[in-house]
Amino acid sequence: MSQLHVSASPHIHSGNSTSGIMRDVLIALLPTTLAGVIIFGWRALLVLLVSVGSAVGFEALWQWLLKKDQTITDLSAAVTGLLLGLNLPANIPLWQVVIGNLFAIIVVKCLFGGLGCNLVNPAITGRVFMLVSFGSLVKNAFPVGVDATTSATPLGTLAAGGTVSYADLFLGNVGGAIGETCKLALLIGFVYLLVRRVITWHLPVVFIASSFVLTFLFNGFDLNAAALMTLSGGLFIGAIFMATDYVTSPATAWGKVVFAVGAALITVMVRLWGNYPEGVSYGILLMNILTPYIETWTRHKRFGEVKKA
Amino acid sequence: MKKNSSLSIILKGILFENPVFILVLGTCPTLATTTGVVGAVSMGLAAMAVLICSNFVISLLRKLIPDTVRIPCYIIIIAGFVTIVEMLIHAFLPDIYEMLGVYLALITVNCIILGRAEMFASKNSVGKSVLDGVGMGLGFTAALFMISTVREVLGAASFAGIPITFLEPYKIEIFVKAPGGMLVYGFMIALVFVITQGKGPKKKSFSCEGCPSASLCRKGQTGEGCDSQKEVA
Repeated sequence: MSQLHVSASPHIHSGNSTSGIMRDVLIALLPTTLAGVIIFGWRALLVLLVSVGSAVGFEALWQWLLKKDQTITDLSAAVTGLLLGLNLPANIPLWQVVIGNLFAIIVVKCLFGGLGCNLVNPAITGRVFMLVSFGSLVKNAFPVGVDATTSATPLGTLAAGGTVSYADLFLGNVGGAIGETCKLALLIGFVYLLVRRVITWHLPVVFIASSFVLTFLFNGFDLNAAALMTLSGGLFIGAIFMATDYVTSPATAWGKVVFAVGAALITVMVRLWGNYPEGVSYGILLMNILTPYIETWTRHKRFGEVKKA
Repeated sequence: MKKNSSLSIILKGILFENPVFILVLGTCPTLATTTGVVGAVSMGLAAMAVLICSNFVISLLRKLIPDTVRIPCYIIIIAGFVTIVEMLIHAFLPDIYEMLGVYLALITVNCIILGRAEMFASKNSVGKSVLDGVGMGLGFTAALFMISTVREVLGAASFAGIPITFLEPYKIEIFVKAPGGMLVYGFMIALVFVITQGKGPKKKSFSCEGCPSASLCRKGQTGEGCDSQKEVA
């Protein structure tokens, strides 16, 4: 090294990069993607391909139209597209997938200044946009692959007084969105993210645990029903992959806990008393909006700082 | 174009000082009544009628109304005209009356009408105030028409109640719901900002006298006045 560089701190770099983290998230989503394709068939793969393709395409188009540096190589658009696709039922019309990605990438992300400046998670907001716009289609989700007998989603069945087996719920042999049904695959992805130290355990674990406790408390102290409801719907994919988005969740450990409890509270309230069968998206979205306040509230004490009298 | 010619007073209400897109007044009826083109345009015209009449009377009485109680006086005048318009619509256009419901009575507290009374009619001659009412009313109606067209076509696959059959399977329902109204409104503000930027008066300032928020506003206390381009942006 022939030259000495003088620069401001920090001086030690971990070697992490946006594309590296996003690549890890994509790898962690691989088991879920495979499980989704196995459960729901080739149509699911088509939805996912269209979703990822349109997300990356819209970001590329936006950067090209505005003559900015191309940012698709940081893979964040691909992650958004894949997550949004995994949150859709396999039988959804493809034009709706494209509209949802248009909203997620252009309106939620690019208009606010791109990755790092978005207020809310693009994938979750895209899903909420589609839920409000094409509500009837998202609710009537059914598996089109090996098991076409289940027509309602587990949450719908539970709301109607039916029962679902734990094994089916855990392995994903139920109705619902492509990526939300197989809990086993989602947990494999979670362990991978933990091992690679992409995320910490706080947010997902507290989110899922407090959802369970709150369902137990609000739903007549029924352990079995609480466990079934916790395993149903998009809670696992939401807690592991959507709520942990760096940009839209608090950075401190206590902030993550507050975020998770708040999101769980909203999720359970929507599930038990709301018009929609599923509330995970709304829980995460509303807590995304509160994230700046949570961060101010749970800010670390500076080294040597003295409490103001 | 001369700065204060009659034509420029009308035109500025339509684009460069559009009450909805530039001054961001009257947001409540803008969001609430734009789910359909028919309701939106009726709302615009009803508000325009009230605006012209109230601007006329307030300008006529501007030297008589004591400054300290001006807002109650304006509200009484405006409420009087709203009642007249409401009764007329109830009598002759009952369908429209049903459609607009409570928003018709709420024209009384429409910020555009009180805002123009404060900003313009209380300081200008009767003729100019009526022209301002026409311009602002047209601007309001045009804005509502634009927003409602986008919302109705995309969200309900129809235009002014006439169904557009080929769009029927591709409805995006969010546009006729509240969040869609916010979205379209935001995009329209952005669009109008792009169109007017650089073409409008270089640095428009609203004076602080007569501004209802002057006592609360930092710039109001120093008397700087608003740099509207910056404030609106």
